[in-house]
Amino acid sequence: MGAWIMAGVTFREAARKRILWMALAAGAAFIALFSTGLYFQLKDQTHPANPLITREAVNSVLMVGLYAVDALAIVMTVLTSVDTLSGEIASGTIHAVAAKPISRWQVLIGKWLGFVGMVTLYVALMVGGITLVTYALSAHFISGVTPPHLLRGTFLIWLECVLLLSLTFLFGTSFSALTNGVMALGLHGLAFIGGWTEEIGAVVHSQRAVNVGIVASLIIPSETLWRRAVFEMQSPLMGVLRFGPFSNASVPSGAMVAYAAIYLAVALGLAIRRFGRRDL
Amino acid sequence: MAECHSGGNHSITQSPNHTSAQFAIQTHDLRKVFGGKVAVRGLTLEVPRGEVFGFLGPNGAGKSTSIKMLLGLVAPTGGQATVLGAPAGNVEARRQIGFLPEHFRFYDWLTPGELLRLHGRLYGMSPAQLRDRVPALLDLVGLTPHRDKRLSEFSKGMLQRIGLAQALINEPDLIFLDEPTSGLDPIGRRLVRDIIKTERSRGATVFLNSHLLSEVEITCDRVAFLKHGEVLETRELKDLLEGETRVSIRARHLGAEALHGLGQWATAVRAEGEHVTLGVPSSDVLPEIVRYLVASGADVYEVTPQRLSLEERFLQIVGEDGGL
Repeated sequence: MGAWIMAGVTFREAARKRILWMALAAGAAFIALFSTGLYFQLKDQTHPANPLITREAVNSVLMVGLYAVDALAIVMTVLTSVDTLSGEIASGTIHAVAAKPISRWQVLIGKWLGFVGMVTLYVALMVGGITLVTYALSAHFISGVTPPHLLRGTFLIWLECVLLLSLTFLFGTSFSALTNGVMALGLHGLAFIGGWTEEIGAVVHSQRAVNVGIVASLIIPSETLWRRAVFEMQSPLMGVLRFGPFSNASVPSGAMVAYAAIYLAVALGLAIRRFGRRDL
Repeated sequence: MAECHSGGNHSITQSPNHTSAQFAIQTHDLRKVFGGKVAVRGLTLEVPRGEVFGFLGPNGAGKSTSIKMLLGLVAPTGGQATVLGAPAGNVEARRQIGFLPEHFRFYDWLTPGELLRLHGRLYGMSPAQLRDRVPALLDLVGLTPHRDKRLSEFSKGMLQRIGLAQALINEPDLIFLDEPTSGLDPIGRRLVRDIIKTERSRGATVFLNSHLLSEVEITCDRVAFLKHGEVLETRELKDLLEGETRVSIRARHLGAEALHGLGQWATAVRAEGEHVTLGVPSSDVLPEIVRYLVASGADVYEVTPQRLSLEERFLQIVGEDGGL
């Protein structure tokens, strides 16, 4: 019960953050730009191409759009949640709550759930917005394009954000907001480089480069979830051709997704443990 | 969770006659070390139920850390603490505890009513209970005219008032007030005093952490003096203030012999012209002294006992350096 009360108030607190509204505004601006670009792309095709090829092209453009959405969602998740623990401990806001008859783990899980709610809403709005715009425009010119396995892909993007959220919570039990943000985004940067190293390694058949990427994914499996999401949402043809902005030359396995889920749970578990023991 | 398991207090749960029924708080050699710095050196306290207990000490003496240990916000490095019969920090026991943290603050987009409902729900109170309790509390702390404002528009004093209200929402058996009058104007301070009195008459125990000694002097039954994380002295306030009293006397025709005779009741007798100052163990001896002076032929114009204020006692006990 206490956790749900905390979740409710944290969700409302998170929804009031300027960063969230900036991220929403940035997202809206991005979708507007994206749809304008897509509109002209489809309209200005001088030679009416094979609709099949056009559909492939639209799907590729959508992947680029989703990539931007993914990046925005990650930055928004980390920046909104980065000071929720350390900030409230420093300001004393947490004292009146932690002295109530609810356990520390309930305080932490409640706050986490509040942010999960916000992240869910953001990811749903952004992914929903961009796929809807793509569908509407492509339906107008050729026929509606929707990515295959959209829900699975959206879930993976969401999972990536929740993983970074949990990591931010873990760091927030020990470090100041600034340190926390640098650590979480820095780790994600590592995952990003690792992901590309693995992709390029696979293209040039360098197993050692692939291994470097896998090690990076084990250290922080965030980017790996995005790459799996691409695999789920990319058109099958692109997947087979291994051609496009996201080659998917080396697709993260289901085991890697499971690893990421366990990683998330462990980060959250450690956050609960650390928060339960620390002095407030 | 910062629970302090007190191995020796096993009888608490077994015997209703145990001292836990008598004491709201019992600590033994409670210690807290942050890194290498000792914040609380060995706190041994007994706070009887139903009393207003003043916890006094200079800044940095370990008052807030002690309260936090009793609430389970800070894990003790050593020692035992029992609060309302349960180990300090026990989640269930906290149902009966109210706490006003020093510098109360909370999400400032809430209205005072929303804040109180939120805290009430954290205590497990039902919407029906809160429907009556919240307006009553807003009224009690004088915030009814501001009930539609957001906390962001509140002054420091108003925040302190709403903090006080959330500490009372569950009608607690034990209330911790950490510097409750900080940021309050004289009217607000008067309000805090009145609320403490009301809570005491309801049977609640109040643990008051303060360095505003005049406040403590008016409200407390018992005080403990803390310095460098150690309790120097715990006394009933009336004993503390009763104790040795300085008396100044203005009298004429007071001979050297009569002056000497005052030694049987008083210490440190000093005479300067018609002014005499002396120390007596208790003001009970004053009538006898007056009779003696009159009998020895002196004309007595004035006998004024100068009771030490709590502030003077504080400085005596804690030292002028204030523990710095």
